[in-house]
Amino acid sequence: MKVALMVTCVNDAMFPDTGKAVVRLLRRLGVDVEFPDGQTCCAQPMVNTGYLDEAVPVVRNYVDAFAGYDAVVTPSGSCAGSARHQHGLVARRSGDPAMERAVAAAPPTYELTEFLVDVLGVTDVGAYFPHRVTYHPTCHSLRMLGVGDRPRQLLENVRGLRLAELPGAAECCGFGGTFAVKNAETSVAMGSDKARHVRETGAEVLVAGDNSCLMHIGGLLSRQQAGVRVMHLAEVLAATEDDAEQVPTEQPADLAAQQSAGRTDAIQHGLEQGATS
Amino acid sequence: MSATFVGMPPFPTAARQALADTQLRHNLAHATGTIRAKRAKVVGEVEHWEDLRLAGAAVKARALADLETNLVRLEESLTAQGATVHWARDAAEACEVVARVARSHDVDEVVKVKSMATQEIELNEALQAQGIAAWETDLAELIVQLGDDLPSHILVPAIHRNRAEIREIFRSKMSAAGKPAPDDLTDEPAVLAGAARQHLREKFLRAKVAVSGANFAVAETGTLVVVESEGNGRMCLTLPEVLISVVGIEKVVPTFAELDPLLRLLPRSSTGERMNPYTSMWTGVTPGDGPQEVHVVLVDNGRTRALADEVGRQALRCIRCSACLNVCPVYERTGGHAYGSVYPGPIGAILNPLMRGQGDPQVDSLPYASSLCGACFEVCPVRIDIPEVLVHLRSKVVDAHREDRVPKAEAVAMKGTAWAFTDARRLAAGERLSGLAGRVLTRVGKARLPGGRATAGRLPGPGAAWTGARDLPAPPRESFRAWWRRTDGGRAEGPEQSEQKGGE
Repeated sequence: MKVALMVTCVNDAMFPDTGKAVVRLLRRLGVDVEFPDGQTCCAQPMVNTGYLDEAVPVVRNYVDAFAGYDAVVTPSGSCAGSARHQHGLVARRSGDPAMERAVAAAPPTYELTEFLVDVLGVTDVGAYFPHRVTYHPTCHSLRMLGVGDRPRQLLENVRGLRLAELPGAAECCGFGGTFAVKNAETSVAMGSDKARHVRETGAEVLVAGDNSCLMHIGGLLSRQQAGVRVMHLAEVLAATEDDAEQVPTEQPADLAAQQSAGRTDAIQHGLEQGATS
Repeated sequence: MSATFVGMPPFPTAARQALADTQLRHNLAHATGTIRAKRAKVVGEVEHWEDLRLAGAAVKARALADLETNLVRLEESLTAQGATVHWARDAAEACEVVARVARSHDVDEVVKVKSMATQEIELNEALQAQGIAAWETDLAELIVQLGDDLPSHILVPAIHRNRAEIREIFRSKMSAAGKPAPDDLTDEPAVLAGAARQHLREKFLRAKVAVSGANFAVAETGTLVVVESEGNGRMCLTLPEVLISVVGIEKVVPTFAELDPLLRLLPRSSTGERMNPYTSMWTGVTPGDGPQEVHVVLVDNGRTRALADEVGRQALRCIRCSACLNVCPVYERTGGHAYGSVYPGPIGAILNPLMRGQGDPQVDSLPYASSLCGACFEVCPVRIDIPEVLVHLRSKVVDAHREDRVPKAEAVAMKGTAWAFTDARRLAAGERLSGLAGRVLTRVGKARLPGGRATAGRLPGPGAAWTGARDLPAPPRESFRAWWRRTDGGRAEGPEQSEQKGGE
């Protein structure tokens, strides 16, 4: 099976670690995922703001970039929803029958948890993440795609992870794409309530399947100095015992890296000693 | 009622004011939370709810698909049963019909059953201008009317008021409108309802003319249906000599049997009740029983415009249950007034533009008053895909401005973004620039996000709408695309090095 990663424009430009995590996770599960570098964006920002003509060439680019693959996997419920529910609409707007046919014939786009659970048939991806976590099911994952309890199944199988129930989980965080700036005050009012619920859980990490929503909630939590970081689900699922040393700290990365290297040396030293004694 | 929605500012401006009203925020969070939970419980009891939704949607879709035939049939049935049918193209025509009938009976007052259609056409104001007082008899409508206020919810128009506020309105305003509130009025719900009952009773017994709307109008039989919870509707529909019903043309249902799914969907969706308390049905004139003169005013007022919109016409299936309002996270925080219409919330955000068209900045702002979270579609008993219609209406707003001599900043930005997204090389060039900015911000900036990554600081211009309340991460040194190219997808990379933690 030829699998393409659609990293999404937001992850490409702002959250490359999420894309790397998907690559690492899928390789660990035996999928040699490819990154077609002609890809840009799913066109959702244009469609959801009403710019359908502008979306036409972007969708055309999407279809061209992923032609020939058997499946497209993306770490975003929202972008998967756009590909599945909006590309047909944009193709009709183009008035070009060839584009309509191309969109209809495009490979299926899966949100990451759908791909893991439905296509690969795994719920235990061998991850280790020893932290107290709460999970926000983003609206498009939940209601547009209907991913249901797939993310929960995956999280429950992560060793060391303690999952705290998020009150009012199904309620929108208030991001909503351009809504976040066109109706900034309402967006922030919604996000403040979401952030309050996150804090109530006592979790250290808020996890979700969409970095755009996390950027919004995380931005509020950060401004509040709430002491809760946000993390994409893919990064939690990609984490293993090997990474445990590298789990981010409040220190600058170079210092953390030095310490981590030192610790590894110590372990290594201990092992060698044990072996010789 | 002297308050009006005319001249309301666009949604973002109106919402700003509403968000600052702490009493409103508190009242709404409590009220919508309660009714949401109640609805979820009673809907959860129905084993085949989804089938029921499909059936309800199908009935309304059938009625709308052949609207002309159904309306002509309704007129024939009503006429055969002794009712007089009037057709009104717009609000002014509809109001004039009602005023004419009332004048012909030489009355200076009418009693009213709660009705969205009469709110929409601003009937009370039109009658008042002709010296006829229109008394609202629904408890919440009475509160709104006495308070010179505007409705903020379809089903519970005074949802923005709490009982302390209601007590104050009754105490200060009831005497000018009729029987005053008792001196020992408390804010106990039962006491407040008792005061309203005493106040309204004399109006019911005195009125010669009543005005109602209708939830459904059956073409086959000429039967009109009003669904209400307080019994005030039943009083208005039975005691007066003359009954005038103002009915939107989309209320028609082909056959009596097709009321079945709709009457099962409505109470569970709206009030969270298993069965509706007062469901009144009447078919023209029944000699010797109830009003002996029955008028039905069939109103278009923008409905045929909505019907002509292939994507938007599904909004005419709406049965005014308010489930979408109660579940909407935007409505919960801004309340109904911010939408500037008697139809607020998600359904209002699509109905108003569909019925009134594009061009008015206030109406044009409504399709954007949503995060597209989809909760409204999930609860809609007649399966109106509100997010789909919202996006469609946004495109109509954008299209209406395509010929503007000076394009909006947003249009320029969208065109630029689309240009960059049409070719990966352009995007990569942009990402190299943002990577440069990211290096500088990471080196110079002191603020860190939880977890350690640098922030982008406070952005100027439109970016301030984001960073006014939310931190934004600084762009990473290297985009995913650049990393993939540099490391051959990570195969040519040493130990994994995080890009997002900052502090390079």
